[in-house]
Amino acid sequence: MQTETQKQQVLNEKKRVINDFSITVATVNGSGSQTSNATILRSIFKMGIPVSGKNIFPSNIQGLPTWYTVRVNKDGFVARKEETDILIEMNPATFVDDLAKLKSGGVFFYADHIHQSIERDDIVVYPMPVKDIIRQVEVPSYLKDYVANMVYVGIAAVILGIDLEKIQQALEFHFKGKAKPIAINFDVVQRAAEWAKGNLVKQDPFYLEPMEATKGLILTDGNTAAALGAIYGGVQFISWYPITPATSLAENLQTYLPKLRKDPDSGKNTFAVVQAEDELSAIGMAIGAGWGGLRAMTSTSGPGLSLMTEYIGLGYFAEVPVVIWDVERVGPSTGLPTRTAQGDLTFVAFMGHGDTQNLILLPGNINECFEFAWRAFDIAEQIQTPVIVLSDLDFGMNQWMGKPFEYPNTSMQRGKVLWEEDLERLGGNWARYFDVDGDGIPYRTVIGNRHPRAAYFTRGTGHDEYAGYSEEPQNWHDLLERLKRKFQVARELLPVPIIETMDSPKIGIISFGSTEPAIQETRYILAKHGLPSDFMRVRAYPFTGVEKEFIQKHPVNYVVEMNRDGQLHQLLRMEYPELAEKLRSFAYTDGLPLTAKQLVDFIQNAEER
Amino acid sequence: MQESLDVQGKKSGINTIGLTKSDYRGSPSTLCQGCGHNSIASQIIAACYELDIHPEEIVKFSGIGCSSKSIAYFLNRSFGFNGLHGRMPSLATGALFADHTLKGLGVSGDGDTASIGMGQFKHILRRNMKLVYIVENNGVYGLTKGQFSATADQGLELKSHGVNPYMPVDIAWEALVGHATFVARSFAGDPKQVKELIKAALSHNGVAVLDIISPCVTFNNVDQATQSYAWGKDHEAALHELSYVPRAEEILIDYDEEEAKEVQLHDGSMIMLRKLGRDYDPTDRQAAIKVLEEANSCQCLITGLIYIDTNQPSMVDIYQLTEKPLNRLTERELRPARSTLEELNRSF
Repeated sequence: MQTETQKQQVLNEKKRVINDFSITVATVNGSGSQTSNATILRSIFKMGIPVSGKNIFPSNIQGLPTWYTVRVNKDGFVARKEETDILIEMNPATFVDDLAKLKSGGVFFYADHIHQSIERDDIVVYPMPVKDIIRQVEVPSYLKDYVANMVYVGIAAVILGIDLEKIQQALEFHFKGKAKPIAINFDVVQRAAEWAKGNLVKQDPFYLEPMEATKGLILTDGNTAAALGAIYGGVQFISWYPITPATSLAENLQTYLPKLRKDPDSGKNTFAVVQAEDELSAIGMAIGAGWGGLRAMTSTSGPGLSLMTEYIGLGYFAEVPVVIWDVERVGPSTGLPTRTAQGDLTFVAFMGHGDTQNLILLPGNINECFEFAWRAFDIAEQIQTPVIVLSDLDFGMNQWMGKPFEYPNTSMQRGKVLWEEDLERLGGNWARYFDVDGDGIPYRTVIGNRHPRAAYFTRGTGHDEYAGYSEEPQNWHDLLERLKRKFQVARELLPVPIIETMDSPKIGIISFGSTEPAIQETRYILAKHGLPSDFMRVRAYPFTGVEKEFIQKHPVNYVVEMNRDGQLHQLLRMEYPELAEKLRSFAYTDGLPLTAKQLVDFIQNAEER
Repeated sequence: MQESLDVQGKKSGINTIGLTKSDYRGSPSTLCQGCGHNSIASQIIAACYELDIHPEEIVKFSGIGCSSKSIAYFLNRSFGFNGLHGRMPSLATGALFADHTLKGLGVSGDGDTASIGMGQFKHILRRNMKLVYIVENNGVYGLTKGQFSATADQGLELKSHGVNPYMPVDIAWEALVGHATFVARSFAGDPKQVKELIKAALSHNGVAVLDIISPCVTFNNVDQATQSYAWGKDHEAALHELSYVPRAEEILIDYDEEEAKEVQLHDGSMIMLRKLGRDYDPTDRQAAIKVLEEANSCQCLITGLIYIDTNQPSMVDIYQLTEKPLNRLTERELRPARSTLEELNRSF
């Protein structure tokens, strides 16, 4: 006769769920769980299974609750999923709430020193003797709390089927090969795994099985990608001020630049990274460096960008190349510093008083974070204007799969710069703001040019073609018109939208940035329900003109974005007023990344009406 | 510097690099007649001419205000950037990384430095960026027609703005406690001293703050104001007579050794200070603090080189940049090899 447990096991075998579920780990911020979560994520990735990891964390150093969500999906759909299949509970403060929210049929791992009653019979429960296991580990007592989180890694590995060898590899990655912490952490994992093998019987249906789907892919975050892209773009000067979620972009530059950009002969630096006293200063330095002929950048988020606005306006007007990364968080105001949004698009497009326009690049995956980081310098120097790259917290701080980063496929485009020999050839005849080529883009010289006619005076006030002060009405008018002309030329340099089609599409979906995974999953679900769609991901502003044809092709185009006001929707209607009827806004912001469920529900409701 | 005859047979000055004073001129000033700022501009021209500096080796910076406009009135052959209010220091910092062989010359005012610019002023001192930082200090907002600035004396009465109830910011004091490595104060009505201090500042390897009282002839020239001509003339007490001696020149100044103190600047040039009855050592920070406090309590204008420290590295020194200026590096020097990216990809 079968025991209840054996019956359950047989049942589970029949409804096995392989490589398609979500895990949420609930911990206390600052308890060292980042390492454990990153280890789970990377070991699954190393097993060849498509995966993503998102940290839903508080604006706090230590003590508040934090949740880490892992989405495993054999078909490659790794957007955030609203429902949790497997919950690992390490936080007494959220125990009751988290347990109540766990879906029926879900799995509940919990640290057994949390004494709360569990009165649900529709879930599988695994207690974890975290304290007992840690007691046996020989580490200094101050480290015990930090390595305690490795217990759930070991136990979940046994129950879900994570290869311990992959866990070791993930630890090697995390600790950059440092033997001691790898050994300490792996020891805890092994002890926990041993305990699980001897004491737990698998009762749940969720299994991880090795695949080949991540072969040749990389797993990293958008801020790392952006920093590396900038380095391969020849960045020379970075001034920055710490702000979540942009901080790790500059920190990655500080990590990688000394490794990649020292002069091989002298060992001297071909770059400088300056932590400024605030964002006002960070942008001032970057503008100064860009004006001086360096590939200069800064990175910030909403509040910092507000502070930088005046200097960016000067950069636009005085025609100074500079690159600004805005890793968006939730605004207005201080907002939700540790949550994601796409709320800065219209602000950035017109940032600056008077008639100001800005060039914006909109990366949509970590590969584009890398590519646009180097390309931004080419565009800024060619057009002689600030270029803003809009990333967001989801890209910047979460782990994404991607293709290996591609080496830049064009040489650096340094724009119209005249050096001593050029001025010699011109007999010294040149004017800083003269539109020689008819494209609105004048020639410039940079400091250090020793030709006696090289210098000019840069100002934020009205000026003539020779950079002299001018209040002449015609001069002012001509200057603003020339700046506008430059932007027509810029459209030709900006990346065109990515378009993906289906047979007999009934709708179009338009987006930018980090929402693509949720949209691709939405399209898959909708197509199964008889609603095939075309997709266009916009990658720059001002628009390149390609958008028009796409919008025209569909009776309705859903414009999907993570903000309240539908900012991309606003810009598209402004650019193509005759097509406004064909554009329908799906704008939603609550601080969390978009899910397919949110979008599917919205589109299905709208289409039924 | 040498005297020579030009083709017309008239006497005209040409310095050792073959430039005349007019090679250092700027556009005509649009400031008021008699403005102290114009006199400072003239001394900048004279100092650079006499020091045989190529104008192309100087980069001018400023913020917003009357003082900031003045950088267009000298050194037309130097690049210049008139930036944002109070934010000249950050602009200069970034730009000067582009070519470490250049000298920065920033001109600000009391409105620009002592209010919105206080933060950036303090932080460029901390970093010891190689910049001559001149504050043309007149205690008043000129361009907006005569409001009190943060350096205006407490109790000062101005037409249409009444009595200033607040304590003043003392630029030299702020510079000193902010670890500036060169702090000087002068008076626009004392052109010789202004010129010698500018010369010394241009040879200093670090930030050099010159707080120059530069009376506003239009809005703040009431006799009791610290920043007025009458007050300045009556109350100026020079710490020392000073002479700047370029490295290339033999020291010929006729000072009694016992009365003179020499300070060697980074590029090997010297500044010689002649004691005026008091035993003042500008390398002594405590003495500098004391002399500023004394000046404050006795209501007098102490001028001269208040403090100098030639031992601190400048910001650019700390960054260990390539010999070749950063803005002349080519793609080959800026884009790492393809193999390095392949290696990085394997690590993710």
